Amino acid sequence: MRRAKPAVKRASGGDDDAVIRTRRLTKRYGNLVAVNNLDLEVHRGEIFGLLGQNGAGKTTTILMLLGLTEPTSGEARVMGLDPEREPRLVKRRVGYLPDAVGFYGGLTGRQNLRYTASLNGLRRAAAESAIVDVLEQVGLTDRADDRVDTYSRGMRQRLGIADALVKGPDLLILDEPTTAIDPLGVVEILDLLRRLVHERGLAIMLSSHLLTQVQSVCDRIGIFASGRLVGQGTVDELATAFGDGTATIEVGLELPGPADISRAESVLRGLNTVTHVIPPADDRSPWQVIVRPAAAESQVRQEILVAAVEHDLRLTTLRPIVPSLDDIYRAAVVRTAA
Amino acid sequence: MSAAGSTVEVARDPLPRAGWRVVAAKEFGDHLLSVRFIVLLIVLGLAAAIPLYFAADQIRSVAPQASGAAAVFLALFTLGSQDIAVLRVDTFVGIVAPLLGLAFAFDAVNGERSEGTLPRLLAQPIHRDDVINGKFAAGMAVIGLVLVTVIGFIAGFGMIRLGIVPHGSEVERLAAWLVVTFLYVALWLAFGLLLSVLIRRAATAALIGFGIWLLVTVFGELITTLITGLIAPAANASTDTILSSLQIQQFITRLLPSTLYREISAVLLNPGVTQISAPTSIGQVQQAQQQIPTLLTLDQSFLLVWPQVVAIVALAVICFAAAYVAFMRQEVRA
Repeated sequence: MRRAKPAVKRASGGDDDAVIRTRRLTKRYGNLVAVNNLDLEVHRGEIFGLLGQNGAGKTTTILMLLGLTEPTSGEARVMGLDPEREPRLVKRRVGYLPDAVGFYGGLTGRQNLRYTASLNGLRRAAAESAIVDVLEQVGLTDRADDRVDTYSRGMRQRLGIADALVKGPDLLILDEPTTAIDPLGVVEILDLLRRLVHERGLAIMLSSHLLTQVQSVCDRIGIFASGRLVGQGTVDELATAFGDGTATIEVGLELPGPADISRAESVLRGLNTVTHVIPPADDRSPWQVIVRPAAAESQVRQEILVAAVEHDLRLTTLRPIVPSLDDIYRAAVVRTAA
Repeated sequence: MSAAGSTVEVARDPLPRAGWRVVAAKEFGDHLLSVRFIVLLIVLGLAAAIPLYFAADQIRSVAPQASGAAAVFLALFTLGSQDIAVLRVDTFVGIVAPLLGLAFAFDAVNGERSEGTLPRLLAQPIHRDDVINGKFAAGMAVIGLVLVTVIGFIAGFGMIRLGIVPHGSEVERLAAWLVVTFLYVALWLAFGLLLSVLIRRAATAALIGFGIWLLVTVFGELITTLITGLIAPAANASTDTILSSLQIQQFITRLLPSTLYREISAVLLNPGVTQISAPTSIGQVQQAQQQIPTLLTLDQSFLLVWPQVVAIVALAVICFAAAYVAFMRQEVRA
C-alpha cells in the first residue's frame, strides 16, 4: 500500500545492534491465534533459528517482519524500521527465501536474478557483478544460463539463497532453507550460511523443523509452539531451562573382573552430587553417571578423573553428554502444553 | 554502516522509482516470447483474413460503379460475404479480440501463486500494486501490438491487392476504430485479471473466462433474441406499444458489452450510419424515413456512440478496480 511518508526513521535507541525486535507481536486469523505475544530479538552477526512444527506460526512471523501481512497487535522493528509503515525500506535491506520458493521456469537462473536485481533498483553493472558473485557463492555458476525448468530442487533452493543475497542485504530471512535437499547439499548450505555471517557480517534468521540442522548452525534458537515462543537462547541455555535439572557423564572403564565392577560402582556413587550410576549392559559400553544439579557436571568430571587415579581404575573415555535439541524441544513443547 | 550517523545517510542504491515498469517490462518480454502470443496472432490474423477474402471479392465487383462512393476503403472491414452476413472483418475481430484480453491475463496472478514466485516477488522493495499495475500495462502493450499488426496487415492488403488507397478521413476512422477495439479488449484483459486474482487455479480461471466469452460474444445474441422474442408485443398491437417494446428490447441487448462494441464499430467504420437507437416515437420514425442519406464526419459519428464508448471504458475500469482491490486484500499465502 502506498504510504504518505517514506522518510527514514531510525529507532531512537541507536546503541543496540538488534536487527529484529518484536514486542508482543500478535496475529489472529479469525479465532485462530497464529502468533501470540511474540517477543523476539535477533542481533547483528548471529544466526537465529526459529524452531517449530508446521503451523506453529513461523512463516506468519516472517511475513509480519517483512510487512507482507499486518500484525493484529504489537509491534515489530526490523533494522530499526517499522515493516508495517515502511515495508519497501525493510524489504530493500532484507533478503527473503520463502518456503517452497519458486522461479520463472522459462527464464534462466541468471535472468531470474536479474529481475530481482532490477526490482531492487540495482544499476545494470552493479547488478551483473552482484549476480556473478552470488552465483559463485551458491555454486551455480556453470548452470546459471540454463532454464530453471531443468534445475533440481536443491539447485532451486540454492538459487533462492542467491536471489535473497543479490540485493546485498543486511539480514537474511530463510524459511525452511534445507527442506527437500539431500544431506550433502544441506551441509553445503549450512557451510554457506556460516561463511556469509563471517564474511559479510550479516544476520540470519532461519526457520526449520529439522532439529539437528538448527543445532549445528544456529547461535541462538527460539522454540515455537502453537503461536508462542516458549524458549529463546543458546542450546545450553535452553538445556538449562528445559532440562530436568540433571546432566549425564559418560565414563568408559576397563574392568577385568566382577569385583572391579562393584568397586567402580561404589566409587562413582560416592562422589558428590551424583544421584545415579548406571552400569553398562556389556563390557564395551560406557557407564552413565547422572549429576544433579546439571551445573555441577564439570566439577564431577574432574572428581571422576581424580578418583580413577586414586582407586586405580583404568579410564578409557570421559565425556559429558550434551543434551540434544531434540530432547529440549520435546520438553519445551510438552511443558507448554501442560 | 558509516559512523557519521545522522548527517550522512547510509550509501545505498535508492529505492526503485517505478516498480510497475520493471514488472511490466518483464511481463511484456515474457508475453512476446510465449507460445500464446504466436497462436493468438495467427488466430486473429486468420479471423481477419478469411472475411477479408470475401470483402475483397465484393469490393472488386462494386468498385467500378462506386467510384467516388464514400469510404470504399473502410468497406474492406464492413463488407461481408453475400451468403453469410456475419463474415465481416469487424464482426470477426469483435468475436476473437476478447480472447486476446483473456489469454494474456487469466493466469497473471494465480500463475505466480502456484509457481511460488508471488511471495518472492512481493518481498522485493516494490509497492504491492506495482505487481498488478505492471501486469495490466504489459497486457495492454501486447494487445496494442497485436491489434496494430493485424489491422495494419488488413490495410496493407487492401492497398496492395485492390489498389484502394484510404483517404485522410478513412485513416482517421480506422484509427478511431482501432482505439475503441483496444479499449474493448482492455475490458476483457481487466476481466481476465479479475479472474486470475479470484480463482486460485489458472485452468479454472481460463475455463470460466472462455465460458463467459462464449456466452457473451457467441450465444449472447441468441439469448437476447430469445428474451426479446418473449416480450415482443402481438402483431396487432398499437404502434406506441411496438415502439416502447422496441426500446426495452434494445436495452436488453445493450447489457452485453459485445453489442456496445458492435454498435460502435458499425458507426465508426461507416460514415453513412446516422442512427443506432430504435425510434421512440412515430415522429422519429417518419423523420427517419424522410431523411436524405448523408455522411457524418468522424466527430459526429463519435457523438452518436459516445455513450457506448463511455460504457465500455466504465466496465473496464470497474473490472480492473475489482481485481486491484481483491489483490491488495489477499493474503500472500494461499
